[in-house]
Amino acid sequence: METMSPLERILRGLALTLVVVFFMFPIFWIFLMSFQTNETILAIPPSIVFSPTLSNYAALITGKLQTAAGTLDIAFMSNLGNSIFLSVASVAVSLVLGVPAAYAFARHKFKGSEDIAFTLLSFRFAPPLLVLLPLTQYFQWLGLSNTYVGLIWVYQLICLPLILWIVRGYFEDISADVEYAYRIAGHSWLATFRKIALPLAGPGIAAAGLLAFIFAWNNFVFALVLASADKQPVTVGALAFVTSSGIQYGQIAAAIVLSVTPTLALALYAQRYLVEGLSLGAVKG
Amino acid sequence: MTDTALLIKDVDKFYGPVDYGVHAVKNLNMDVKKGEIIALLGSSGCGKTSTLRMIAGFEAVSRGTISLAGKEVQTLPPVRRNVAMAFEGYSLYPPLTVRENIAFALKASKLSQSVVDEKVAGIAKLLEIEDILGRYPSSISGGQQQRASLGRALIRDANLHLLDEPMGQLEPQLRALLRGRIKHFIKERGLTAILVTHDQTEANALADRIAVMEGGVLQQFDTPQKIKERPANLFTGTFVGEPPMNVFEASVSGSESKMAFGLKDGVRLEYAASDFSHAVRDELVKRQKVVLGIRPYSVRRSADGVTGRVAVNQWLGDQTHIAADFAGGTMVLVEHDRTQLDVGQPIGIHLDPSSLHVFDGESGRAISHGQELA
Repeated sequence: METMSPLERILRGLALTLVVVFFMFPIFWIFLMSFQTNETILAIPPSIVFSPTLSNYAALITGKLQTAAGTLDIAFMSNLGNSIFLSVASVAVSLVLGVPAAYAFARHKFKGSEDIAFTLLSFRFAPPLLVLLPLTQYFQWLGLSNTYVGLIWVYQLICLPLILWIVRGYFEDISADVEYAYRIAGHSWLATFRKIALPLAGPGIAAAGLLAFIFAWNNFVFALVLASADKQPVTVGALAFVTSSGIQYGQIAAAIVLSVTPTLALALYAQRYLVEGLSLGAVKG
Repeated sequence: MTDTALLIKDVDKFYGPVDYGVHAVKNLNMDVKKGEIIALLGSSGCGKTSTLRMIAGFEAVSRGTISLAGKEVQTLPPVRRNVAMAFEGYSLYPPLTVRENIAFALKASKLSQSVVDEKVAGIAKLLEIEDILGRYPSSISGGQQQRASLGRALIRDANLHLLDEPMGQLEPQLRALLRGRIKHFIKERGLTAILVTHDQTEANALADRIAVMEGGVLQQFDTPQKIKERPANLFTGTFVGEPPMNVFEASVSGSESKMAFGLKDGVRLEYAASDFSHAVRDELVKRQKVVLGIRPYSVRRSADGVTGRVAVNQWLGDQTHIAADFAGGTMVLVEHDRTQLDVGQPIGIHLDPSSLHVFDGESGRAISHGQELA
């Protein structure tokens, strides 16, 4: 990197700080809110000096929400569990189905292969509300509404196209000759897929899986319509904080902190794979 | 049949639907004997790599059969054909070191570790890559990767070794050195190899026979010497040889005592009838139009020859290349001494009838080479 003048360095630092503040401030503010009671949150003017309380977290974990109208049962922890289960299972199913499909689309061009791939992608740009109504009907007939299987199935609309298209690109970046070289040395097609294609596309698959996980985690409408209370993820469960006696800002903030933690942790952990995935071209040789 | 390593019979390759797609290889017939080194020579897009990939099993054969050691293999997957291949793009496995990459090719053969080590060491010595065995493909040069890839193919004990442009990335000195070593290595072990190349020097130096391809069609399949001395058609004649053969369209007229070729711009080449055999004369006078070809090395300067005018005179350090305007085209001469000729100066050109190649004006097929019929 070329050397920068002190002024440039300062301006650069300033710009970076601005960006970080812009993106991190809401999270930081929510983090602070999660340790405050509704009264201090709603105080005017707002202050960052307050006596922290863990009552919001306690309420979430015990599932007892104290409101002016009495004690409310909330299922936040089970919602969180649902979110984790639904997202992990959906991504797992998508990976099992999508990675071999992506490989097939990348390596074998056949009549109509582009059309099939594009149809799968088109699931991503159909508005969810458009498919929800017929889907609800079908799910009721099939007995799939309010089941984990049904939800994971619908979540494939979100995860599968994403994984398919991202991973396909990574497979296409791997020179087919590397696989040919392996096959000609006496290995089967399947062994080549497992030993050469999968490891080489590994960072890409990890990146795609992470992205699909975040999309699945953030999903709201599908779960809102197709699942009842005991199967709902946090995105839907958070609605419970809007109570008849007011909005529980403190608990909402605590709930947000708890629900972004898994995705944030995953993203931080997978960061190196993401970077590796993006620089795949450098190791192709 | 045991001494035939490879037999290609009536093979067609279409990319896209059969009979409608791109016709990359057209009705190919070839046989390769055990222990032979064959070069597939041609410009890019001539079908040589498609042919190689069909033999390896990476491309489906649209029509026809390919047999390895007497067994039809065109429907078998690569793993069951027992062929080794060095890829043009090297195709080393990035997570493995050069040593592991080369040893990897032996994994399926289940040799003991000490035998593998010994073989890898031998190949590394042959290809001058001993010092990079511990390195990863991404940290070595293209030429080194290419040698590693070549080593991975040569180390195997396969029915057939396919080498796709195996030395394209190497420096000239190293290439010349390795050519000799690789040929010796292949011959010593009695291996059979097919080499794809666009470099004639490489083809000439390595191959027992050369298959010249163009437009998906096998033009000629013969020894390097035959290809040079008796090109089957105009394409082979002009494609093989450096600098390329001089060619001129001509009309033929013959009488009892004379044989004459009329070139453009009124240039006339006259020979005694006895300069050509009866058979050749009979064939030549049947044709209205022919193409005369002569190698630059065979063109002589002579005071009583036909006049040309020097257009370029280049001394290449060991030979002189003279290009002269001649009969509406260019005649290239090669001389071994440094020749003092100025541009624009007239020179007499003599074309010895025994060095003349005559091709049919329509089909391009060879009619005669000197005194002999093609």
